[in-house]
Formats: sequence, C-alpha cells, structure tokens
Amino acid sequence: MWNATAALLGLLTLAALPARAALQVNVTQGVTDPVPIAIVPFGRAVPADGGFDVAAVVQHDLESSGRFRAMQRAVMLSTPTSVAQVQAADWKAAGNDYVLIGRVSAPNANELDVDCDLINTLTGQRLGGKRFTATSASLRNAAHQVSDYVYEQILGVRGAFATRIAYVSVQGEAPNQHFQLIVADCDGESPRVILESTQPIMSPTWSADAQWLAYVSFENRLSAIYVQRVRTGERRQVSAYAGVNGAPAFSPDGTRLALTLSDPGGNLDLWLLNLATSALTRLTNDPAVDTEPAWSPDGQSIYFTSDRAGGPQIYRLEVANPKRIQRITFGSGYNARPRVSPDGMKIAFVSREGSNFRIGVQDLASGTVSVLTHGSLDESPSFAPNGATIIYSGRDGPIGTLQTVSVDGLVTQRLTSSQGELREPVWEPFAR
Amino acid sequence: MHKTVILWVAVIGASLLAGCSSHKPRNAAGAGTASSVPGDQSQAKGADMSSADSAAAASGAGVAGPSSPQLQNRSIYFDFDSSDIKSDYEALIAAHARYLASSPSTRVRLEGNTDERGSREYNIGLGERRAQAVRRALMLQGVADSQITTVSYGEERPAVTGHTEEAWSRNRRVDIVYLN
Repeated sequence: MWNATAALLGLLTLAALPARAALQVNVTQGVTDPVPIAIVPFGRAVPADGGFDVAAVVQHDLESSGRFRAMQRAVMLSTPTSVAQVQAADWKAAGNDYVLIGRVSAPNANELDVDCDLINTLTGQRLGGKRFTATSASLRNAAHQVSDYVYEQILGVRGAFATRIAYVSVQGEAPNQHFQLIVADCDGESPRVILESTQPIMSPTWSADAQWLAYVSFENRLSAIYVQRVRTGERRQVSAYAGVNGAPAFSPDGTRLALTLSDPGGNLDLWLLNLATSALTRLTNDPAVDTEPAWSPDGQSIYFTSDRAGGPQIYRLEVANPKRIQRITFGSGYNARPRVSPDGMKIAFVSREGSNFRIGVQDLASGTVSVLTHGSLDESPSFAPNGATIIYSGRDGPIGTLQTVSVDGLVTQRLTSSQGELREPVWEPFAR
Repeated sequence: MHKTVILWVAVIGASLLAGCSSHKPRNAAGAGTASSVPGDQSQAKGADMSSADSAAAASGAGVAGPSSPQLQNRSIYFDFDSSDIKSDYEALIAAHARYLASSPSTRVRLEGNTDERGSREYNIGLGERRAQAVRRALMLQGVADSQITTVSYGEERPAVTGHTEEAWSRNRRVDIVYLN
C-alpha cells in the first residue's frame, strides 16, 4: 500500500493476552421462523485434530445468528459422517429441514482437511459440500468457514463468521485507565492485543484489504494518527499536526485517509491524506465541527458529522467536488458518526431519542429511519461485511459491552469481558 | 483546617525544591513508549509548582505563582453541549491570566473534556471548542498565544467514573496544566 520501510515497529505490541471476551447469545426476539437443522458431530482425525469439535463451533455460529435452530445432539439417533449413511426421512421426521455432516482428515503431517456435506431432508438430495484446508492451529477458522458455507447455501447471503473485529478495551477507574487495542475473531475468541497505552486509544478502522488498522493514540499526550499492519505490528505515525488529529477512514482503494484536523483557532474540518506522499487536501471549510468521515463503498462520496445547522447531523459530500454537500439526516436533533453499509444503500449512526443515544439505520433511497437498539448509551455502529448485522458498543449497567443487532432489529447478541469495558468495535471487511 | 496545613506544607516543599533543583520536564516520555501515569495529580502538580515558581522568580514579576492558593483551582466546568464560560469561572481564569501575562516564559496546556454522552469524535470537537474558549479568554487578558497549547480528549479521559449527572458535570471541563 505504501513504503513499508518507513514503518515504525509498534513498541507496545503483542504484550499480553487480554481477558477473554465471551459471547453471550441473547436472541431477544429472533426471527419467527428459524431454519431447523441437524449439525452432526464431524468425523475425527485422531490425534491430529487435537480433539477440536468442528460441529460444535458451526452449531454455535449458526444459532447465534438467530436464523437457525439446531437439533440437540443428545437426541440424535445416529451420527453419520458420509452421505451414504444419512437416512434423510428419519432426520425429516425429527423436524429438521437440513442435515450437515462432515469429516476431518489428516492427509499429511502438517495439513488437515475439513469436508462437509449439506443434505435436504425433504428430497434426500445432497445440496452441496466443500473442502476447507487447515492446520491444527487454524481449525477454528475452518469451522467458521463451514458456517459461512452453510449460511450462504441456505439463506443466499454470504456468511461473516470467519471474520474478525477490532475494539478498544479499557480497564481501571478514571483518571487512571489502561487502554488496549484488540483484534479477535468476531465471536470474541482468539483475542490479541496489538497496542496498549496508559493514554487513550480511539477510532480504530480497517483498511478495505483488512491488512491495516488506523487509529488515534494520545500516547504522547497529544492526538496522533497511526497506521499499523495487523499481522506484524509494524506501524507509522501519519498525522500529528498541532491540535486535533482524529477520525481516520481509509479510502476503499487504500491510497488515502480521510481524517479530521483542526486549524489554529480550533475549528475541525475534513481533510484527505495521501498515504504515499503525505500530501493533504482540504475537503471542508466551515466554522462548524466537521468530523467522523465515512466513505461510500465506491469511493465517490464521504458521509460525515457536522453541526453547521446547530446540532450534529449527517451530511454527504462528493470527493471529486467537495463543495457539493447535501444534508442526509433530519428528525432527531442529534445524529452522528455515520457508517455506510457494504452495499452502499444504508447508513448506521448514533441518534438521540429523548435522553438516550441509540443506533439508527437510514435507507438512503427512501430516507426511512429505523432505530434498532434500546440502550441508554449505544454508540460506534459498524456493519458486518455481509451487511446483515451491526456491531456497536452499549452499556450493561455500568459496564461497556459489545453488542450486535441484525439490520432488521430482530436478533441481538452481547459480548462481555471478564474485566474492563469494551468499546468502538469495528468489523473486518471481506478481502483477506 | 487540615487541608490548609497540608497545602502550606506542599507550598513550602515546592519552594525548597525550586530553589535547589533543576527541573526535568514532566512529559519526557519518548515516542511510542508508555507515558507517565495519567491523572497522577499529586506528583504532577508538585513538579509543576516548583518550576513555575522558579519562572516567576526569574521574571521578578511579584505576581503569585501557580503554587499560590488562588491558582490551585485549575478546572473550568461547562454545561451540557456548551462551550460558554460561566461567570463563576471568570475570577479563576483572570487569576491564571494575571500570572501568565506576568511570566511570559511559562507555558500551559489547556485540556478540553466532555462527558460520555454522544459520539466520541464529535466529542473531541466539543472538547476542543471548550479549550479554545478558555484560550481566547486568557489571550484577551494579555497571555501570549505562544504560551498556550490546547488538546481535546473528548470523553476519553474522564475525571471521575460514573454515569450520573453528577459524574458528567465533573467531566465537562477544561483543565489548565502548567508545563514548566
């Protein structure tokens, strides 16, 4: 993306494992008609698979989506691992529309193959199947890929179970707090600390190729923006101007960063930073606060927050002609921090309802707004790469937690941490 | 009663320090390393006092320095979603302005903060507005631009943890931090 030799090594990286965030599935309403499916324990490759239970992960994934209801293992009459062994009528009689079977095998010392077959119980037909290649260390990811495959085969929407999230974890009481930037699987497993500091870390954001994170760190007491390669931890400071350096957002092609800078009088405007040349181009020039830029997927527009009309509202500018600015949100007196859905058709944002801050979604074509959440301080929405779910941070009593809600508002989940507060989740895009 | 005694012990201790030690900048942390513990107020303020006093002595201004009792209040509090300085704080700002105007080598950082409500980066904008409001008030009273830096922490560095109006009102603030 740019000259990596200029990158600094993140000095605070990979220090300690964080307290694990545990997923608590909490389907508040659920869809009225979840798909009944039997996920049969997969054939094992003893001892190469290390005893890992692929089917259990797949079952957890699919159930947590709220779109599936899985048969209990205890009442399964048989545990077929090949299509020939499946008595479709029996599974149908037990109330299942589909049966998923599979096998883990070890073709050689360093490789594991995970094969799965999906069977329609009404017709007895094999709908399809797929092989995923893994190592003993990546079996969990292979299981998530099986979940993605089943989800797409049955619902027609690409699954996002094999993606990751980044978020900020904060421990300790103010004013002595400890900040960590963490990357984990989207179910909270395998968390890895990629930066920690005694000063605030905020506004993490992924590049479209999912290789880089940009974020704001106050580690030198003043704000600065860094970009960091997630896999290696190498990083460099890209913006440390006097005043505010905030709200970074990678352009879809990865060449530029939209960001917020302040002038000497403290006024915040939007700028574009060319990551190869460090050249800055001004986007807005208004005495109001302009901040929180979010690119449309085609890279032609930027949605942002501005209080040019009094309270904060969301506006859209054209990157090629940034003087063309259109107001997008009305209604609530406080609409801020937009994020654009992967298909470019919707924005999610923070909206005030009375004294509560909640996550709203606006359909851009019709202007229709739905408020999806019910908390008092919900913030930082981020779309899953398949557009089906939004992750955000909310409060559970005094504790900040990560929560998800399906874009139809029907299915919610919660990620809690054994200690500290979790905030600013950002969902990794597809493209790894 | 107790507070007064402790304060004066601190002032005398600080003056002694100022008389005999060369002061090390407080924020000597190198790039990328963990900086000093945030909010370690007792230590940080002790160090600030000693150096500011030496600056005052050097300028010979005769205006009470930051260690003086009337400059111990260093936080200006704001109403929700407002960066207007309330009249309650005019005297506080005037006292700091008098000292800073008399001691041109003394520098301060104005740290703007908000409560936890609303979106984080927008709150960075609000915190910056508050810091700028205090900066303008100081400059109107003779403090030079070069003596002031501003930073906005938005809602990221609350003074107190809590989710009540009482906690929020203590977090909507600008802190005046003496740097030398």
